[in-house]
Amino acid sequence: MVKKMFGLLIPVLSVVLGLLAGAIIMLVSGYNPVDAYMALFFGIFGDSYFLGEAIRTVTPYILAGLAVAFAFRTGLFNIGVEGQLIVGWLAAVWVGITFELPMLIHLPLAILAGGLAGAVWAFIPGLLKAKFRVHEVIVSIMLNYTALHVTNYIISYVLTDKLDKTNNIFETATLRSPLLSGLTDGSRLHWGIIVAIICAIIMWFILEKTTTGFELKAVGFNQHASEYAGMNVNRNIMMSMVISGVFAGFAGAMEGLGTFGYASIKSGFTGIGFDGIAVALLGANTAIGVVLAAFLFGGLKAGALNIPVETPIPNEIVDIVIALIVFFVASSYFIRWILNRINKKGVK
Amino acid sequence: MDFYQVLQIIVPSMIGLAAPLIFTALGGVFSERSGVVNIGLEGLMVIGAFTGIVFNLTFADVFGAATPWVAVLVAMVAGTIFSLLHAVASITFRADQTVSGVAINLLAIGLTLFLVKKLYGKGQTDMVTENFDRVDIKFLSDIPFIGKIFFSNGYYISYIAIILAIIVWYVIFKTPFGLRIRAVGEHPMAADTMGVNVAKIRYAGVLLSGAFAGIGGAVHAMTVSNEFSHTTINGQGFMAIAAMIFGKWHPIGAMGAGLFFGLAQSLSIVGASLPFFKDIPAVYLLIAPYVLTVIALTGFIGRADAPKASGLPYIKGKR
Repeated sequence: MVKKMFGLLIPVLSVVLGLLAGAIIMLVSGYNPVDAYMALFFGIFGDSYFLGEAIRTVTPYILAGLAVAFAFRTGLFNIGVEGQLIVGWLAAVWVGITFELPMLIHLPLAILAGGLAGAVWAFIPGLLKAKFRVHEVIVSIMLNYTALHVTNYIISYVLTDKLDKTNNIFETATLRSPLLSGLTDGSRLHWGIIVAIICAIIMWFILEKTTTGFELKAVGFNQHASEYAGMNVNRNIMMSMVISGVFAGFAGAMEGLGTFGYASIKSGFTGIGFDGIAVALLGANTAIGVVLAAFLFGGLKAGALNIPVETPIPNEIVDIVIALIVFFVASSYFIRWILNRINKKGVK
Repeated sequence: MDFYQVLQIIVPSMIGLAAPLIFTALGGVFSERSGVVNIGLEGLMVIGAFTGIVFNLTFADVFGAATPWVAVLVAMVAGTIFSLLHAVASITFRADQTVSGVAINLLAIGLTLFLVKKLYGKGQTDMVTENFDRVDIKFLSDIPFIGKIFFSNGYYISYIAIILAIIVWYVIFKTPFGLRIRAVGEHPMAADTMGVNVAKIRYAGVLLSGAFAGIGGAVHAMTVSNEFSHTTINGQGFMAIAAMIFGKWHPIGAMGAGLFFGLAQSLSIVGASLPFFKDIPAVYLLIAPYVLTVIALTGFIGRADAPKASGLPYIKGKR
């Protein structure tokens, strides 16, 4: 019970500390933090349009968070979610602009194509880790940049004739919904949030209710023990990366089929993959935690856009707050140490 | 255009683009050799670039032609201070080093853009007026044939990067301090037993990486982009990490890899106008550093092994 409280206390405390530190930075820079946080709050809950945009932002965050969290549970650090997301985005759009099928087939096919592309991209570090013991972090960082340049090339030289974005996807492959958009005052809210929630449930089910999930977690806890128990460690490493890549690819598909409806040349990363690390970390790598953390970070990101509208404060303050929250969660040893100190004093 | 002329264009451009990578990769060597993984090099370069450009813009009147040099020194200090965050989190607080590095990257880009908007009221700075000048090195540029290729139309700071690689090699492999750095990175417990202060040496390693990455960022900003925006440092830090690994955690190797990646970058930029390279799609040159690093890691080009204790916090008394 005490341990469970601790598990909840550290993320909450980190968020509070992050917001406080953000407030201090604003005070030092001569801004009013109350104004900023009011504008932020209004930017999320202020009206139905803001709320719709916030939920839309949350969608890829959930999936990216799930991707990072799933790999984490097997003891792998999938820092390559960003690259897997980009290839998933492109693959989903590719299917979306190429085929003409009834929606019932086209839309699932496009989403699955995104997941498959993400899986293939994640399989490479998984394979190299399993066969050559190469650290997955380095390989997936390298593959992030490879993905960025290769997709840019495909968009401008294969899918189009030197244009900077593809055609829009066919109506039969779109996740967009006039209904949702109408409900939220014309926001870009789409059905992706349902896909994301389903994926969260699938992740929970795989990890908690299946033998595969048990093996994956066992490998994460102790590779050697799992090997002596007769589990195939290499196969589990690859499997974990592939499933993680599917989630990441789905995240890209949500952007391609829902938010934008096309794929465009990128000068840099979307950042969603890296924020997924923050989401997974704050959510303690559990499905429900990831969903909650994604709502927090996605909400913050969406609400941030309202800060420069209502105040003179740059919206980057929210990026600073998110980075600080990651910092505090990562340094939880420090928070734990202080709490232990306080507890011990209380006992005496 | 004959091949000799082509070389005169490509090589100076290669050395120029490689210098920031070499500085940063050398920093990475210090950090990783002491046993602390530093994914935050990208963010530290961002800090360096930001500090360098802002200092340059603010104090150009005061320092005149010496401005870029002073700016690089200030960026070095800024990088060192910022890397303290990574050191405290990963050494004292035993945070996951990769996560802490990611946080550094997120924080650096957020903080610098916040400050740019605060200082200049827009998303990017103005162009700097005091740049590093391209120079022909005295005497050396007069050497027949190679002088025109290697010692003409370059930056002094680029040659300093190459000399620095040799100095770092000396420090790491020939001095007691270097021995201690390698010891705490390979087997911290043994080093601790012999009376080496593991935490102190690791702090030194991380702070040095911050200093070098700060220099690297500032040099990149003041030789390539000449301004600061969110795309000024766009993967150079990660490419420096790649160079460090490709160079097998060895200063001279990192320098060689840095030069090679600089060549790939330079070909992807100037290649389109050159006779031999214009038929190669730029995408191959753009992804070459990354793909080659992956291949190097898998052991096809000799095995690359990280220092043994790299990435693990050292906890006294824990076996």
